[in-house]
Amino acid sequence: MKNAIFNRKQLAVPYMLFLLLFVILPLLVVVYYGFTDAEGHISLANFIGFFANPRTLGTLIYSLVIAVIVTIICLCMAYPVALILAKGAYARKHAFLMVFVLPMWINFTLRITALKEILTLIEGNLALYPFINTIICMVYDFLPFMIMPLFNSLTKLDNSMLEAGADLGANRAQIFIHILLPLSIPGIISGVTMVFLPAMTNYVVLDMVYNSTYIMGSLIGSYFSSYDWNNGSLISAILLMMIGMFTILADRFTMEKEA
Amino acid sequence: MENRKTLIELKNVRKSFDGKTNVIEDVSLKIMEGEFVTLLGPSGCGKTTILRMIGGFDKPTEGEILLDGSDITLLPPNERPINTVFQKYALFPHLNVYDNVAFGLKMRKVSKEETDKLVKDALELVDLEGFEKRSIATLSGGQQQRIAIARAIVNRPKVLLLDESLSALDYKMRKEMQLELKQMHKTLGITFIFVTHDQEEALTMSDKIVVIADGEIQQVGTPEDIYNEPANVFVADFIGESNIFNGVMSGKLKASFAGTTFDCVDDLEKDIKIDAVIRPEDIDIVKEGGQLKGEVLSCDFKGTFYIMFVQCGQYEMEVHCFDYYEPGSEICLNIDPDMIHIIPYDTSINHYPGTINGINDAGLVRVKFADMDRRVARDRIHVGERTGDDESVLDVINKPDTKVIVNFEPSAATLTDDAKAGDICGNIISFHYIGDHYSYTVRSESEEDYVVDDADLWNQGDYVGVVIPEDSLNITVL
Repeated sequence: MKNAIFNRKQLAVPYMLFLLLFVILPLLVVVYYGFTDAEGHISLANFIGFFANPRTLGTLIYSLVIAVIVTIICLCMAYPVALILAKGAYARKHAFLMVFVLPMWINFTLRITALKEILTLIEGNLALYPFINTIICMVYDFLPFMIMPLFNSLTKLDNSMLEAGADLGANRAQIFIHILLPLSIPGIISGVTMVFLPAMTNYVVLDMVYNSTYIMGSLIGSYFSSYDWNNGSLISAILLMMIGMFTILADRFTMEKEA
Repeated sequence: MENRKTLIELKNVRKSFDGKTNVIEDVSLKIMEGEFVTLLGPSGCGKTTILRMIGGFDKPTEGEILLDGSDITLLPPNERPINTVFQKYALFPHLNVYDNVAFGLKMRKVSKEETDKLVKDALELVDLEGFEKRSIATLSGGQQQRIAIARAIVNRPKVLLLDESLSALDYKMRKEMQLELKQMHKTLGITFIFVTHDQEEALTMSDKIVVIADGEIQQVGTPEDIYNEPANVFVADFIGESNIFNGVMSGKLKASFAGTTFDCVDDLEKDIKIDAVIRPEDIDIVKEGGQLKGEVLSCDFKGTFYIMFVQCGQYEMEVHCFDYYEPGSEICLNIDPDMIHIIPYDTSINHYPGTINGINDAGLVRVKFADMDRRVARDRIHVGERTGDDESVLDVINKPDTKVIVNFEPSAATLTDDAKAGDICGNIISFHYIGDHYSYTVRSESEEDYVVDDADLWNQGDYVGVVIPEDSLNITVL
């Protein structure tokens, strides 16, 4: 088109600038700070320090344990819900889905505060069960993020696959194990990705339920509030690498299945 | 067909998905062991629903399905000795060819060695030896089709169901697969139940064809039976090309239609209304004389023969011949008596139960039937031989809710595209050409059917109004 003011390349410039300034550059800054010392010299001291220090290593393990438990509970709760909503013959399944996802639209602190009140009614003193309360609050918080991708991937799954399974003699359990589960792995992976990392870092939940144990997020926060940019960045970089590795492995896994 | 034992029997099967309208209407059917049966019908006729009920994917609302004499109506698919080749194959994308084919054997816990052998045999049968390790995504449509067949037959089912299985293939591949399937059927000796909307496919492959329309079986028979002796106008029109004419029996072995009286071989009562069916290839072209004279409208080459349309007076005829005739030229046509197939006119057409409810001040009778509430003149009411003009009939008419049968001739009604202007409105669900006009079936929202003759061409699915003049209604008091 002759009278177009900008061509395609020119139109892409603002987006490229945005990506460069707000995505690429900050990432490089995080990695740079993570692998330099306070004087700006390149150093692995932070990295080695992190894994040598029992306190930081313990935090990593504690975060991993919380994240794994929260993710597994979310998956176990979300899968049946997503399956029923996606494959059930309900006229208003999207309305039901909306109800499950609706809490996402209410402010996070308000939701957790409300949940705290309920837990207080049951337990009496919240401070008695910090670990369990952390898990309960996180599961409540992250469940919609697990339901959505599972629902999407199960909706796309062709019903004739399940019928073919039954036709070939598979009972309900066998259909689930041999057909439904393998075919919904992409949905499981994106759900897990969306729950796992937030569960490792969302220390606000811990604060709110009086859990004084540190997780990775609290560690970053404490380093930054004491102006230790290098160690704070390093932990962010480690989390980044972990999630990066997980994504690559998951992609590799699904690609292998499809190829 | 020699005496075979009944393998599958459907007994008065009815299916409704919404509890209101029946997709399948009281279907009873016997399928013999080792038969190649085709369920044939236009899309939406319910043929796939019947197949799915045999496979166990849908449960009949009423009636039962027997296999080898035992009731399997409520048995889940995995407990039936029946396997299916799905319309879009439904191969498992996360498994390779071997695991797809071996799936059923794995579920039955067949040993590894035996599985290997059976899978190899099945792949050999579908001509895909050595494809074991291939992933499904790398296969062409035709290959996926073959794998789907292998995956089903490897289980040695008693019945193999094929749901429009060839419709996704291109023409040449489809022809090839038709012959191969027939060959496979012979080799395996398994009962095949095949669903298709393609009449040519059905005629080529089947031992027995079940023609289905509108959730009901129209005719069951061998391909030859169905083609040569169609049970009704729908079958005649749906299978192959047909010239169909409205007519009447004008004497013993004499039928009048298309403006002429023909000798025929069907012995029906004199004066009974008929539909006469003549296949285009059964019309002879003669030098002189002939029963019909006409002008050639068009003559098109179709590879092995010519399709010619001939105008004989007000009637149009389709004729297949091996010689070319110049459009505009005059030709004479002859129809052999045994080439005329006569079907008694369906007397249930446009007959509706209803009630009449007294006479108003203007001397009109209120009649309610089907979707209508009309006021008609007294002379439209018949009580035996008498009509409503007869004073002695008045007391019958004046009784509240007198039961009547209302009917009208298809030729008396007309179609209009302004649906609101019609006495009823609905969609055209089917139509066929009858010599000099089209016969349309219009279905209203309340599922009543109205048959209307119209000279103009409308499309299937058109939303139309049907105008039925008061003076064309014949009301018979029961």
